[in-house]
Amino acid sequence: MNKIQPAPGNLADAFIAGCRVGELRLQCCGNCGSYQFYPRIMCAECHGRDLSWTAASGRGSVSSFTVVRRAISAAYEAPYVVALIALEEGPTLMSHIVDCAPEDVAVGAQVRVNFAAWSDSVTLPVFTLHNN
Amino acid sequence: MDSLRGKVAIVGAADTRVGIVPDATATELCVESILLALADAGLDKTQVDGLVTCNSMSQPMLYHAEAIAEYLQIFPRYCFAAGAGGGTTFSVLHHAASAIATGMAETIVIAMADSLRSGLTRDQAMLMQSATGHPQYEQPYGPTVPAYYALIAQAHMARYGTTPEHFAAVAVACRAHAARNPAAQMRDLISVDDVLASRMIADPLHLLDCSLVSDGGAAIVLTSAERARDFSQAPVYLLGIGEGHSHEHISQARSLTTSAAVESGQRAYAMAGLGPRDMDFAQLYDCFTPTVLVELEDLGFCAKGEGGDFITSAGIGPGGALPVNTHGGLLSHCHPGNPGSMFALTESVWQLRGTARDRQLAKAAVGLLHAQGGIMSSHSTLILGREAG
Repeated sequence: MNKIQPAPGNLADAFIAGCRVGELRLQCCGNCGSYQFYPRIMCAECHGRDLSWTAASGRGSVSSFTVVRRAISAAYEAPYVVALIALEEGPTLMSHIVDCAPEDVAVGAQVRVNFAAWSDSVTLPVFTLHNN
Repeated sequence: MDSLRGKVAIVGAADTRVGIVPDATATELCVESILLALADAGLDKTQVDGLVTCNSMSQPMLYHAEAIAEYLQIFPRYCFAAGAGGGTTFSVLHHAASAIATGMAETIVIAMADSLRSGLTRDQAMLMQSATGHPQYEQPYGPTVPAYYALIAQAHMARYGTTPEHFAAVAVACRAHAARNPAAQMRDLISVDDVLASRMIADPLHLLDCSLVSDGGAAIVLTSAERARDFSQAPVYLLGIGEGHSHEHISQARSLTTSAAVESGQRAYAMAGLGPRDMDFAQLYDCFTPTVLVELEDLGFCAKGEGGDFITSAGIGPGGALPVNTHGGLLSHCHPGNPGSMFALTESVWQLRGTARDRQLAKAAVGLLHAQGGIMSSHSTLILGREAG
């Protein structure tokens, strides 16, 4: 059984292409300077259309998390940590926190991006705890 | 335009059997609820000129309300099915009340039903669940529906010191209300320890922090306050209604711990000219226990961050300072998905009529109802009263 794959789309494909080469890509607005995620056809802050992709630092902190004890399908191995990560650049994204005991995760913990294969062609960001 | 305050009234209300009802389809439950509500109002089918439903997950239809009208052979001039989501129930009431006030229709039936328990296979149910998040940036991480709400709970715990015991107390209170309601799906009393000892689903939510999966339907009849005087049932008046919409996907929420229930509540209170202290009861959306705690705060029943203390000190169970979910709520009465808040609505009608039998509140002149959909995304608040205001 396969993991749930991201639905295709031009912007999603550009994001995933970044993941494949180890970049967490955010859109940056040429008008107001805001970073945003998820990618959109306009800046959510000022509705400017001059957006460019930039590689994020990959640093962030845990806004919240949960340990899923009952997996959504057989493709996922419970327990797994689903978290909301506040990136240093501002936007928040959902991800997994991997390579740690679930009980080591806490709100406010510092994390760093990593990348994991979701299928033969799709790579997505995941995060690991960063202890200074 | 004038406020809707006191302009419309509920003159009929009914629930079908709820819980596990394998002998009726979602369509049949929807039709049954309408027949019962019309009988309660003393109306026949020719006297209905508006129909609003919500789509069913077990028997989805492209034009759901139109199909139900066809089944009943009624021919409304106002007819639509609301999009999916628990928060839509009172949004529908908002629209229907406006339709009556502007003359689009005179007598509108609002009916919602589904068969999530008997009408879906386990695989269909899991598929439906996985479709909740953002299809590109959330779903691949495999969050379950309880997991989304666990993110809210965990953030509240970290920020305000709320505990799993506080959440558990919500489930205990709802069950105590349900114990007085013969229609409720789950009626055996439970303790905080029972909740904490139940299986962990998504930290910090245990099985008993999660609402039921049920079959069932409910309907109400709404008409102008002027016409409502001619009905046999005591009218229940709409005094205030408001909405607030902040996001769809949890990763895009402005705040994990404060919701758009703040705006929706303020709008409803402003229309009614009333505040939280005026409410004799509250029916608060309880798909998972943390939502009740956040709604108590955001609707002004206590200060931000003090929801846990309000639940355990003031009390929301029978005899508490603010009885919440007097029928047992989604946690203990029934939860057939989208129609969930309809049962809070019919229960409120009975409390305000004074016909709630063993669970009738000593004082029930004004009550507040709150529904939310998405992941604390879309909010609607309704204030109902025994007098037109």
